[in-house]
Amino acid sequence: MLKRFKKLFRNWAFRRTVETGTVVLNQRRIYIIPSRQGFVFAMVLGVMLLGDINYNLSLGYVLTFLLATTAGLTMLYAFRNLAQLEIHAGHVEPVFVGEPANFVFHFNNPSSLIRYQIHLHDDAEHETIFDLPAQCSTPISLAIPSTQRGWMDSERLSLYTHFPLGLFHAWTYIHFDVRCLVYPKPAIPQALPEASAQKGEGKTIATGDEDFSGLRNYVAGDAMPRIAWKALAREQGLQVKQFSAQQGHSLWLDWTLLPNIAQERKLELLTRWVLDADVQGLAYGLRLPDGVLEPQNTPAHRAECLRRLALFGMSEQ
Amino acid sequence: MKLTAPLIYGLVACILLVSAPHADHLPLWVSAMCAVLLGWRAFITYRGRPQPNRWMLLLVTVACVAAIGATYHTFFGRDVGVTLLILLASLKLLELKAVRDATVLIYLSCFIIITNFFYSQSISTALFMLFTLIVIMATWVNLQTGTLALKPRLRMAGILLLQAIPLSLLLFVLFPRIQGPLWGMPQDAYATSGLSDKMSPGSMGKLSLSDAVAFRVTFQGSAPPRDQLYWRGPVLWDFDGTTWTRGRNATLQAPTLTDVAQPISYTITLEPHNKNWLFALDMPSQISIPAEFAPDFQLLSKDTVRARIRYNVTSQRSYRANLEEPMPQMVRAFNFPREYNPLAQKVAQQWRATSQNDEEIVRTALTYFNRGGFEYTLEPPLLGKNSVDDFLFTTKKGFCEHYASSFVFLMRAAGVPARVVTGYQGGEFNDLGGYYILRQSDAHAWAEVWFRNRGWVRFDPTAAIAPARVERGLSAALNNNSALPFLSRTQSTWLINLRFNFDSITNQWNQWVLGYDTERQFAFLTRMGMEDITWQKLATNMLAGISLLVGIFTLFLLRRLRIKTTDEVQKTWLKTCLKLEKAGFPRLPHEGGMDYATRIANVRPDLRHDVLDLATRYTSLRYGNASMKNDLAAFQNASRRFKVRRAPTSQ
Repeated sequence: MLKRFKKLFRNWAFRRTVETGTVVLNQRRIYIIPSRQGFVFAMVLGVMLLGDINYNLSLGYVLTFLLATTAGLTMLYAFRNLAQLEIHAGHVEPVFVGEPANFVFHFNNPSSLIRYQIHLHDDAEHETIFDLPAQCSTPISLAIPSTQRGWMDSERLSLYTHFPLGLFHAWTYIHFDVRCLVYPKPAIPQALPEASAQKGEGKTIATGDEDFSGLRNYVAGDAMPRIAWKALAREQGLQVKQFSAQQGHSLWLDWTLLPNIAQERKLELLTRWVLDADVQGLAYGLRLPDGVLEPQNTPAHRAECLRRLALFGMSEQ
Repeated sequence: MKLTAPLIYGLVACILLVSAPHADHLPLWVSAMCAVLLGWRAFITYRGRPQPNRWMLLLVTVACVAAIGATYHTFFGRDVGVTLLILLASLKLLELKAVRDATVLIYLSCFIIITNFFYSQSISTALFMLFTLIVIMATWVNLQTGTLALKPRLRMAGILLLQAIPLSLLLFVLFPRIQGPLWGMPQDAYATSGLSDKMSPGSMGKLSLSDAVAFRVTFQGSAPPRDQLYWRGPVLWDFDGTTWTRGRNATLQAPTLTDVAQPISYTITLEPHNKNWLFALDMPSQISIPAEFAPDFQLLSKDTVRARIRYNVTSQRSYRANLEEPMPQMVRAFNFPREYNPLAQKVAQQWRATSQNDEEIVRTALTYFNRGGFEYTLEPPLLGKNSVDDFLFTTKKGFCEHYASSFVFLMRAAGVPARVVTGYQGGEFNDLGGYYILRQSDAHAWAEVWFRNRGWVRFDPTAAIAPARVERGLSAALNNNSALPFLSRTQSTWLINLRFNFDSITNQWNQWVLGYDTERQFAFLTRMGMEDITWQKLATNMLAGISLLVGIFTLFLLRRLRIKTTDEVQKTWLKTCLKLEKAGFPRLPHEGGMDYATRIANVRPDLRHDVLDLATRYTSLRYGNASMKNDLAAFQNASRRFKVRRAPTSQ
């Protein structure tokens, strides 16, 4: 309940526009209030001042005022720690459901000051903390776990700092027009369906497995048995064996031929098969109720297939 | 932010620094305990061991608190509070769980600093405070910057504090001073030393061993001669055979001064002595603070002097004091214990029998002291039950209290009304500051005798034996200096100068920093041109000053945010182009750097090397990806050195 009110208030009090391009943090975007520690420290100072008055401690006055002034000045420091930063959103790699989506933002610090301990976090307290060196641009990524397929918005993020003494909370909101494509979660490994019934060929997979055609770089999701361990031993990096499928022996991943299971399960199964078929170097086609993708085996094809699956039944926005 | 080892070392340093100045008044076991706890903490951090068991810590805490209770027999009061605070802070170090605990410790350290000011507010304390603050700030910054190394953190802390100084000065000057206390203070808040309202053999001698400053005096106009500088303190009436006490004045009648002349005004800055009497030259007639004139010309402050106070007094150097002394007081002035000192009583009665009047008795007595083979010494022999007899006829060695006491006893025994006055005599003139310093070692006792037509007249029997004491001070009067405190001995000039310089600074510090109270604030602000100061005015000025300073600071702090729009590489290149243009080779609008340079190189082979070099540097800096500072500097240098020589005469 309290959280909802908090959110309502924030939406009302602070601008809620989605930004594109580069955002420069100017004084109209940075808000400052004393932090909880700041209030406690103010109380400590109050007690000290009372003591000074009561016991007529001149040096106590000096100390109290020195601390109070320092505390006050840190407000400027907190502001300065965020001011004039230039931020723009970077490219976000698609992920599978359950994996964290890495939203990347490029922070440019044009000034000659190092910016310390800036926190970037979303409403669900996923946080990343970073320093920004002077006069250079730093990519910062914030990992937010994905929970469902489709487009995932970064939502409004808070950027705050407590530098230098933690007495003030200086913050700003950034809400970029940036989203992450979330693919369905691949189902547990299952054998690929028999090659297309229409062609009447049943041996596609086996033959496709035998014709070694070369190595390619490993991508997440590749099957373990296909990793070229020998290549790794030769220190050529993590590579995967590729096998060529014979022409015409194309595999159709057909929605209509799937067993009668829930729609999401079907999507997960198809995702698994797309990945597996891609790894095995088969030319595979995808037949969904809302469209058909002709068999191919290219990274672009894989991406398009996964995209179709991710956005299945959703509007394109 | 995690509780890293540097952070914990920082916290250990903070607690160590804030509690170290307390070491000399904490019970020894507390200091030892704290040292052990801090050492333990540093050790387990160094070895990377886990913090001690919670139950064990609880046990130690309970034991410590119980021990404090046993040591002090109470849990209230300043000393116990400070001890508890320091012990608990040290214990807290051993159970750090979250960053919040570290913050609590930082706040605690700030608070413990202030408790040290109960005991000392000297310049060195202030400097130590600044040092401690830098360490605390550096640790505090560590909480927010994590991995930053110690040196940049110390720098950051130093800068933070430096920047805070102007504003805090402004606050210090303008913050309205409220005359405390706001609530009743425990008596133990102040250390005491100084004159008491009792005098027995040895009490003054003990005091004269102390270098502590009693008060400082600035005269308006020239100071009276030294032998007139009798700073009047408690007046002692009642004698029980060994000890003189103030007793109770038998009248409430205000004292009267007649035939006054030779007034003198001066300002006294009195160190706190936890008593209510004030000091003034004989005889005070006016005082600037609320004070009572007791019937025996003693100045009594309304409140106990628990803080350094400043007051102006006007005294009359020539006077007739209380020509009409009320009867009950007179009775006190005649009274003496008849069962003691029979010899002295007998001598006094002889004097009475052979003298015409009271004045003659006084003269006889002074002559007796002068000629009787008396010796002025800080180390008199012990006296028996009949202390006056022993002193007058046997030992004949004594300090001022012996002389004052026996003189007054003799007077009373001879039927002359007399009383003992204690206070300070003389003072040390500080050339640099233009003021007198009165130390505890200047404490003195003398006598006053009442005559029918002259009232109370001061007689100093000590002056009859050791005139140097009154004319030149204690060290001149004593044959052997060794027993005296260091500062009271006669010293070489440079040492005296050094001492005066130091005391001068201390005095300024006391006057302007420690003694900056309501009056001084008003005086200062009036001198600065502020008229009829009110709270509202102070507040407005304070706000205006703060806004101004904050404005300046904002500009100062944010100046480095300004992005440098001028591109140094481009600027240097344009300068180079300008040189070439002046030589008659303007760059064409479509020409790139290299093209331009090649064209010139073809026309002017003598410039070929330089021009191509500059163009190469420019292109690599501008379009290459490795833009190093050194390269830029080299480019700028080359450009600066580049001169377009006149074309070689064509053959």
